[in-house]
Amino acid sequence: MKTETTNYNVIDEIEESPQILSRRQLMWRKFKRNKLGVIGGIVVILFYLMVIFGGFISPYTLEQKDYSHITAPPRMIHIFDEDGLTAPFVYGYKASMDPETLQRMYELDKNQKCYIDFLHKGEEYKFMGLFKTNLHLFGVNEGQIYLLGTDENGGDLLTHIILGGRVSLSISLLGPLISLIIGSILGTVSGYVGGVVDNIIQRVIEFFKSFPRIPLWLTLAAALPAHWSSLRIYIGIVVILAFLGWTGLARMVRGKIMSLREEDFVAAAVASGSTGWWIVRKHLIPNAMSQLIVSATLSIPSMILGEASLSFLGLGIRAPMTSWGVLLQEAQNVRSIALHPWLFTPALFIIVAILVFNFLGDGLRDAADPFSS
Amino acid sequence: MFNYILRRIVVMIPVLIFISMFIFFIIQLPPGNYLDSYVALVSSQGETISGERVAKLEKRYGLNQPVYVKYWKWVKGFIFLDFGNSFQYDNASVWSIIKEYIGFSILIAGSTQIFMIVVGIPIGIYSATHQYSFGDYFWTVLGFIGLSIPNFMLALILMYVGYFVFGLPSLGGLFSEQYVTAPWSIAKFIDLLEHLWIPVVVLGTSGTASVIRTMRANLLDVLNMQYISTARAKGLKENVVIYKHAVRNALHVIIMWAGMRLPQLISGSTVVSIVLSLPTLGPIIYSALKSQDMYLAGTVLLFQCILLLVGNLIADIVLGFVDPRIQYN
Repeated sequence: MKTETTNYNVIDEIEESPQILSRRQLMWRKFKRNKLGVIGGIVVILFYLMVIFGGFISPYTLEQKDYSHITAPPRMIHIFDEDGLTAPFVYGYKASMDPETLQRMYELDKNQKCYIDFLHKGEEYKFMGLFKTNLHLFGVNEGQIYLLGTDENGGDLLTHIILGGRVSLSISLLGPLISLIIGSILGTVSGYVGGVVDNIIQRVIEFFKSFPRIPLWLTLAAALPAHWSSLRIYIGIVVILAFLGWTGLARMVRGKIMSLREEDFVAAAVASGSTGWWIVRKHLIPNAMSQLIVSATLSIPSMILGEASLSFLGLGIRAPMTSWGVLLQEAQNVRSIALHPWLFTPALFIIVAILVFNFLGDGLRDAADPFSS
Repeated sequence: MFNYILRRIVVMIPVLIFISMFIFFIIQLPPGNYLDSYVALVSSQGETISGERVAKLEKRYGLNQPVYVKYWKWVKGFIFLDFGNSFQYDNASVWSIIKEYIGFSILIAGSTQIFMIVVGIPIGIYSATHQYSFGDYFWTVLGFIGLSIPNFMLALILMYVGYFVFGLPSLGGLFSEQYVTAPWSIAKFIDLLEHLWIPVVVLGTSGTASVIRTMRANLLDVLNMQYISTARAKGLKENVVIYKHAVRNALHVIIMWAGMRLPQLISGSTVVSIVLSLPTLGPIIYSALKSQDMYLAGTVLLFQCILLLVGNLIADIVLGFVDPRIQYN
């Protein structure tokens, strides 16, 4: 009888003892402990959801211009009026012209209440580029709803920011992806093959590293022909941003591959007759992958910044496409910011995007090495 | 040491030759040339330009010659500091334009460098010695925000705040209007200082943030070393332990970083200089690229590459002096 109880205890102990976690689980556990990283990750996901469903969330489309409401100020959503709680609405605009400066002036028109119509049927757009629909998350049946104001062409700034984010955020994802592919291929070849090949690749990397980044970006962007379509320009900008990004990654991969190559498990794989390609694909790259992804994530903020700077200077994305940098062109001088401070809101989106990618990258960097304290 | 420097310089020469070819290749990429945009500009102003005149200008600038001839035309005078002539600045020599602007570029970059180190290192030391205190968190978050605000945006924000909150006159440029062409005097120097702080703060913010973070991380590493425990155990004052034993050993990375940062600052100030209309190389390369002033654009880009290479070399040399453990063989 007594022995039985002991046996039960042993089994209980085994079940209660900490289970053995895989490397991935360890990383996830470590990542979760970094609060800023988790917050960054959540906001990044929200950002991408925002741009993926951009056409649906934005109340208007890029083509819609309201020439009678140029640079109209933002409007708050109200849920209280004189009589108390009502359905959400925004106040209308009463436009007038300053007789001296010929500036357009807008006043709050308390008499006009534009009630928000959820799942509003507005202008037609292509949902995720797949099928046409006219369903928007919200809109107004009469009057206007410009929650962030309008730009100098009478376009709704909220719509432009959401749809411009599609360009800004996708570029900052594609750029590192290209860097990642080029960097890991050349880095692996360099580190695994060694010898003359390694030497040549290292010289090429040094060559690219001796260029100052921003002037080279400017030069390459200026070299994009003016007659190109905006889509080709977009691809061109992605390539330009990835142009210098791969060198650091290639160096890192090379170092990692060189140290992994000496590990026992590689020797075991060689002894059991694996080919070089098999070893690279099954043993070396998976082991270097986590650090690779981290480095790529850490390079996203500078890509966002690069795109914004180029577009801001008029060398980047061109109409009819728009991006956060393009939108900031209208806020280029103190005068326009002073008169229409809401034109500066795209800047806020850029800052927040860079901030959360920094947080996320920092969190991932700590998590990539789960065995360090 | 001398051998090492010499070898590095010798290696630099073929790299620079490749760089100059590559630069010339990109500058040549866009279709059309300076004359096309010039003719377009003139005709947009309602004037016409005769075909004869165009042919004359073409010949003068050598625009209809093959690429390798143009390239040779550009590089052959390098040893004599002859980098060809600029198109848009009335055929002025490229060297004279660079000479005029590079001084301010270096001045701004140098002042920014000093600003970053003077502000960043003490805060980094504070953060490391007061780890996880309120002040540490405060500076960490502020540093992250500093890293996240694009420079040109910070410039716009500062200009806005300066103009509307403090009523300062226009903050663009490096001089007030009356001093731009005036000869150097004490008044002009003071005017320069009044304008200089804006680009310095704008350019220095993100750098200061990384100085703080690097200094904090390094100092924390050093403070965990056994010789620090030993220093404390033998009864040294905490200040002596930190400043004489720890900080000194944490400074290496900052010094190396600073050397590599200076040339990056010169090229990194491009966008800010355009926004703030500073008399530096930034706006020059921008307008040269836009109007396809190829010799000027190419030379400015080449200069920035040279500065980068030389900066890296200087950083390595200085590091050798500071850290005797590093051997150059």
